[in-house]
Amino acid sequence: MELHSRIPDGPIEKKWDNHRFGMKLVNPANKRKYHIIVVGTGLAGASAAASLADLGYKVTSLCYHESPRRAHSIAAQGGINAPKNYSNDGDSVWRLFYDTVKGGDYRARESNVYRLAQVSAGIIDQCVAQGVPFAREYGGLLDNRSFGGAQVSRTFYARGQTGQQLLLGACSQLSRHIGSGNIRFFDRREMLELVVIDGKARGIVARNLVTGELERHVGNAVVLATGGYGNVFYLSTMAKASNATAIWRAHKKGALFANACFTQIHPTCIPVGGSYQSKLTLMSESLRNDGRIWVPKKQGDPGRPEDIPDGERDYYLEQLYPSFGNLVPRDVASRRAKEMCDKGFGVGPTKMAVYLDFGDAIKRNGREWIEEKYGNLFNMYHEITGEDPYNVPMRIYPAVHYTMGGLWVDYNLMSTVPGLFVLGEANFSDHGANRLGASALMQGLADGYFIIPYTIGDYLASTTFAQADTMHREFVEAENSTRQTITRLMDIQGSRTVDEFHRSLGKIMWDEVGMARNKQGLGRAIEGIRKLRDEFWQDVKVVGSTATLNSDLERAGRVADFLELGELLARDALHREESCGGHFREEYQTDDGEAMRNDKQFSYVAAWEFTGVGKEPSLSREPLSFEHVKPAQRSYK
Amino acid sequence: MNFTLEVWRQKSRDDKGRFVTYTVHDISADASFLEMLDVLNTELVKRGEEPIAFDHDCREGICGSCGMMVNGRAHGPQRGVATCELRMRNFADGTRIVVEPFRARPFPVLKDLVVDRMAFDRVMQKGGFISVRTGGAPDANAIPVPKSVADDAFDAATCIGCGACVAACKNGSAMLFVGAKVSHLALLPQGQAERKQRVESMVAQMDAEGFGSCTNTYACEAECPKEISVSTIARLNREYILAKLS
Repeated sequence: MELHSRIPDGPIEKKWDNHRFGMKLVNPANKRKYHIIVVGTGLAGASAAASLADLGYKVTSLCYHESPRRAHSIAAQGGINAPKNYSNDGDSVWRLFYDTVKGGDYRARESNVYRLAQVSAGIIDQCVAQGVPFAREYGGLLDNRSFGGAQVSRTFYARGQTGQQLLLGACSQLSRHIGSGNIRFFDRREMLELVVIDGKARGIVARNLVTGELERHVGNAVVLATGGYGNVFYLSTMAKASNATAIWRAHKKGALFANACFTQIHPTCIPVGGSYQSKLTLMSESLRNDGRIWVPKKQGDPGRPEDIPDGERDYYLEQLYPSFGNLVPRDVASRRAKEMCDKGFGVGPTKMAVYLDFGDAIKRNGREWIEEKYGNLFNMYHEITGEDPYNVPMRIYPAVHYTMGGLWVDYNLMSTVPGLFVLGEANFSDHGANRLGASALMQGLADGYFIIPYTIGDYLASTTFAQADTMHREFVEAENSTRQTITRLMDIQGSRTVDEFHRSLGKIMWDEVGMARNKQGLGRAIEGIRKLRDEFWQDVKVVGSTATLNSDLERAGRVADFLELGELLARDALHREESCGGHFREEYQTDDGEAMRNDKQFSYVAAWEFTGVGKEPSLSREPLSFEHVKPAQRSYK
Repeated sequence: MNFTLEVWRQKSRDDKGRFVTYTVHDISADASFLEMLDVLNTELVKRGEEPIAFDHDCREGICGSCGMMVNGRAHGPQRGVATCELRMRNFADGTRIVVEPFRARPFPVLKDLVVDRMAFDRVMQKGGFISVRTGGAPDANAIPVPKSVADDAFDAATCIGCGACVAACKNGSAMLFVGAKVSHLALLPQGQAERKQRVESMVAQMDAEGFGSCTNTYACEAECPKEISVSTIARLNREYILAKLS
């Protein structure tokens, strides 16, 4: 398939402005004639729905939670970037753009990243106006801190709960419109099918999770803001219900899936404790501002960390990367932690952890200062591990955290299915092969507040729509096929639980498609996933009924989709014979263990087309060109 | 660790519901309360029985989805945590644990431990916001907010909307939940324009949903996983009186 990225002409700093001027507009009185369906109520979905309703469009918003505020954006801790340069340390739109392209290891579209940097300052203004209580200095102005991959302080934060405060801000605007009737909101609805009429996305089939009924929603455009697919690894920092079903089913209806192998492993998570574990908990990257990462220089059992003198500690990030130190980007920090543990320097009962030590910061600034900045994170750590991080260093290990890949979108955030727009983590667009800290909140809100309100208008104004209602043949067929899938799942009545299959899939993904990948392992993974998928459809046991709240059935559908997506992820990783960002192929590394890109062959976006379950997907390439940030080997030394 | 559980099972909103006794074995002391229920649910599914339905999602105490009465306490015996953060090491081995849904008239039980808390959302929709259209906001540093004010607003804004305050209150009052939002927005300069109207409409909706009145038992503060202070209720009362008198 030929991909049209629709990047506007002109110099990069003028592209977005020119494009906005060139777009067709919908007359204010006509906006209410257009109906937009927004799936998901995280940062991207809530901000999009509210902003579209502000403009006067008819909006339907759905989420599988009971309330929009439960979306997993709520759990983002550290902060949100914006080049306000309030710190007077040399920040600018150009520098944020540069850092993000470089941080993404030169696998993102320059034009998108520039636009992201351009609109991000406005997000902070918008959020403050909504009453988001960002951290402030004594003079009453906003405070900033630093995040990985940047040498300036451009991260705005609200203690360790920035995602919560931003989401509550966006949801407050969503609530305002629900209250005044401008948005119709449906809670506990899960999108199970995309409806395409005359080649355009015109609606969805959703399941009412309380009654089990299948419902049809028709509109002029569908916006997916349904998050990432990190739970394909089973254990991740994602919420338990986070899933890929909406984007995967859209993929099966024709939307291309891009860069599936670009997954982010976050370096600072609480290590796995035991087989009972249902999820992993992140300790915000902001902690690396003041915490120092180290392992003992001696292998084996060197004793309690507080008894190990400074001379016998290896502050390996500070040694290897003197200019960025503990604030190297996530992919680098994660890989180095794994390397240390693989070499036998790991600490804790499982030896699969490194220390994150606040001893020096507490000595320097006092306990109160730390409490003020990171209090909730320290409490969370204490609660989970039973250890007090004010007295002993935290133990951390990398965990799956974010997926840079997602549905392919053009500059307008439209997928390869006309009328299907994809926002936030669900799309592939801005982070390349590695996302920098505090950039996810930025992208989600940029997409929702400042990009989709413009680009969707252009689509609506320049498209003629066939008459279609929920009785259209395509709706009937979509509902029937959804019902068949559900019945098929219920009828298997095998012997293994959904969770057992999910864990088995997660093990394959983590072992072979995790932090380090190689050709043989990826081959094994593809084979293993296919076998597991066959077993799933013969031996899964789903209990309960289809006509009531049934969490077992909900999970079964999601795991079925992960069993297909996992294979695509492994295939994408196998085909990309280079290392870049979060995608590390052991065959392609420099002598000192850094990722070795192959710009000649792989400077492109890999967009995959679905051709049938178990069939080889077909690859389309969107070449990437870098006019402003010249690809070089990333150096944080 | 081993436990005997008395769990509330209720098929649907209209079903009467009853306690059912289960036993769980070999539970790790580091497992969370919900992970302990996961273990039980896996056994139930293996036996062909329906798993216990409970709301949960982030499992790190911030989404506010989970919430159940554990031995009569909202979110269990630990202070300042949601059920998903509660670890089994806080219970004596071999003990009996009673698990029920949050009970309040405005929170109907949908199934087992799952309740419908949309009443909270409907209260929010009446005024839990500052009306700002997207675009055209002034520079974020245009209005300085003293740090102490911003900190107080933040403390109130950390509410996760789990409903523990209502479940803990003998009157089923939502004053802590509403007080937290009213305080957050009334403290900030940005919230001034709609200050009076906000508190009046939110309180009216709170009453319409059937939440009870506050009689100052402070049970809400004691059970709030985010330890939101009852001073937000005092502020709610003050805001309400000011709005009514002016």
